[in-house]
Amino acid sequence: MAKILTKKQLSKDVYMMRLDAPLIAEERSAGQFIILQLDDDYGERIPLTIADADAKEGTITIIYQVVGKTTLQLSEMEVGEKIPTLVGPLGRPTHIEEFGTVVCVGGGIGVAPLYPIAQALKNAGNHVITIIGARTKELIILEDEMKVIADEFIVCTDDGSYGRKALVTEPLKEICERSPKPNMVIAIGPPIMMKFCSETTRPYEVFTQVSLNTIMVDGTGMCGGCRVNIGKEIKFVCVDGPEFDGHKVDFDNMMARLNSYKEFEREAHSCFLEQEIKDKEALR
Amino acid sequence: MSHHTPEQISEEAKKLIVAYLDKIDTMKPKERTKIPPQEMPAQDPEIRSHNLEEVALGYTMEQARIEAMRCIQCVKKNCIDDCPVKIDIPRFIEYIAHGEFQNASDVMKEANLLPAICGRVCPQETQCQSNCAVGKALKEVDKSVAIGRLERFIADWERATGKISIPEVKPETGKKVAIVGSGPAGLTVAADCRREGHHVTIFEAFHKLGGVLRYGIPEFRLPNDIIDKEIDVLKAMGVEIKTNFVVGRTRKLTDLMDKDGYHAIFVGTGAGLPMFMGIEGESLVGVFSANEYLTRVNLMRAYDKGHADTPIYVSKNVAVLGGGNVAMDAARMAKRLGAENVYVVYRRTEVEMPARKEEVAHAKEEGIEFYFLQNAKRILGNEKGRVKAMECLRYELGEPDSSGRRRPVVIPNSEFILDVDTVIVAIGNGSNPLISQTTPQINANKWGNIIVDETQKTSVDRIFAGGDIVLGAATVILAMGEGRRAAAAINKMLAEEIEKEKASMN
Repeated sequence: MAKILTKKQLSKDVYMMRLDAPLIAEERSAGQFIILQLDDDYGERIPLTIADADAKEGTITIIYQVVGKTTLQLSEMEVGEKIPTLVGPLGRPTHIEEFGTVVCVGGGIGVAPLYPIAQALKNAGNHVITIIGARTKELIILEDEMKVIADEFIVCTDDGSYGRKALVTEPLKEICERSPKPNMVIAIGPPIMMKFCSETTRPYEVFTQVSLNTIMVDGTGMCGGCRVNIGKEIKFVCVDGPEFDGHKVDFDNMMARLNSYKEFEREAHSCFLEQEIKDKEALR
Repeated sequence: MSHHTPEQISEEAKKLIVAYLDKIDTMKPKERTKIPPQEMPAQDPEIRSHNLEEVALGYTMEQARIEAMRCIQCVKKNCIDDCPVKIDIPRFIEYIAHGEFQNASDVMKEANLLPAICGRVCPQETQCQSNCAVGKALKEVDKSVAIGRLERFIADWERATGKISIPEVKPETGKKVAIVGSGPAGLTVAADCRREGHHVTIFEAFHKLGGVLRYGIPEFRLPNDIIDKEIDVLKAMGVEIKTNFVVGRTRKLTDLMDKDGYHAIFVGTGAGLPMFMGIEGESLVGVFSANEYLTRVNLMRAYDKGHADTPIYVSKNVAVLGGGNVAMDAARMAKRLGAENVYVVYRRTEVEMPARKEEVAHAKEEGIEFYFLQNAKRILGNEKGRVKAMECLRYELGEPDSSGRRRPVVIPNSEFILDVDTVIVAIGNGSNPLISQTTPQINANKWGNIIVDETQKTSVDRIFAGGDIVLGAATVILAMGEGRRAAAAINKMLAEEIEKEKASMN
């Protein structure tokens, strides 16, 4: 049981909640996630990244977008209510060290998991360049927080309603062309965005780390539902990830698998952002 | 095989028992072996393949007594030797024959706290019933005394009385034991350590208890209610339970000792990541590990489409790869979820199948088709990346391999296409990676299984392990056997410490 301590709507479908979870707050590191379930008997288990935590207060912060039944129900819960099942922190923490110049690219809701990683990278002494992007102005989240951390900060929207009118891959490409090129790129966002970020950096041979958010059931290395192809190997996001070398991830397969149940789902909530970007890419 | 209704079987037994009651103590072994083996009453296959209710309904009282009278009380008692937890089988059977069910139950509980579960899921034909003198005399292991069914009968009888006896707990010792995982191994350790008066906490990663008993074994074979009742006994004994707690992640294993003051830990985290065939097309949408498929249905209740939020793949033609109990469970579950055709594809023959015989028989009755000496070569997908067919190869049996089973050898150019939309891979599991990932000081082998000594102790002081995390994929009863051994070692260690502490105080 985890009590909801605060709740804030960040944009049309995006919410931030602070939860009472002292054990998770104490153990978690950047890059890790939790799984929650809203009904112990019939609920679905969904993985969400931990956007922030305060070990002293014993709280964690989650940021999520309403894309299905569980996230919709969660968005309807109020401060003081309790989430029956909350488990974590899961996944391997991000490997943090002083790499040099790191480009942190966040797309839409992906800025939430990116935030603690960017923060940790900054604290480790890296030169942090941040690119955050969304379809339109009102979907930009955590701008102020990211700005404070970043040595260089770029914001873009697909429709040009805020910041630069571009996909995040455009400034990313420009940065890769600099000399010296960046030491590393971390891209987190919708699968299609991570795919194209990886494709953008591939010719420059800049190591690109992505954080995958696949379908999961247990999240502890038992069911195998989260498997992805990394190079020629099968890997499991819950215990081997969630972070992988973007140049090795088979994104097309991962996206097909993410849609495994789409046509069966009772509540057909589609991921708007993902679909929009996909449509856009298809038009190119 | 035509289906006998439970009523027919019950009537038959009522008539039959009359003749035996008078000579219950005087029958010669030869006469006993002539008593007809009692058939397990079961739900009608047509009906049950559309529901999740338990398939095997359990013996009636008369049936149990008749079956028990088949035991010749031989001197060899192979059954006890072949039982991983050494239940005094002849003794409890003798009590059943005489209708003294409470006594039978007490005998069973001396060695096994989870008889309702074991009676249902143990592979008796390879354990207690494998060397039964009656089966040997009749030259057919299937005609051994049905020990498992009798065990189940007694457990069910006790539950029906509503007076489940709670084992006695010794005075509190002040020592704390942490159990990681609430599967069969962990539950056994919890009971055995609690009995000695130690404070016992079970940490479970899921929101429900039981481990593989809950997420793996379907309700039609092991109803959740049975698991709940067995766990209620532990709760009544005072075992503390923490769900949604992933030891290794929520708290480091060693922190349980260093920070939380536990004096001993038992790791029973079970089997882990499912294995795949490594063939083309295994990443297609519609290919599942049996673990995932069964967890969605069993634990997350995806069968209840009106209520459950967890989806399950809608299938018409399903291929299940593998020949173990998990493969049988997945195949039968797919049928229950509405698949029209379910094929079990196994590269050896029926004789080599590791599944319990009763499950195979039940699966056949339910219309599951078996493709023996065949195996998947690759899985074919459509333009959307979904399974549309599976290409298979035919095999023949060659020389025996290291396991003693004849090695299947592929027949060249024997490819053929099986029209399926779903493939469930049930060829076994690796080990759960979490503990070795987060506690590298515990020695594990190259497959990730924790290495233990003969008392189940790991390379780290005070940390013990057992069940599938040690054995690889094994059985419920072997896990319980390991749990029993670990608990004995933990209890011994703690008792010695208590003695020492007392001595130093004087």
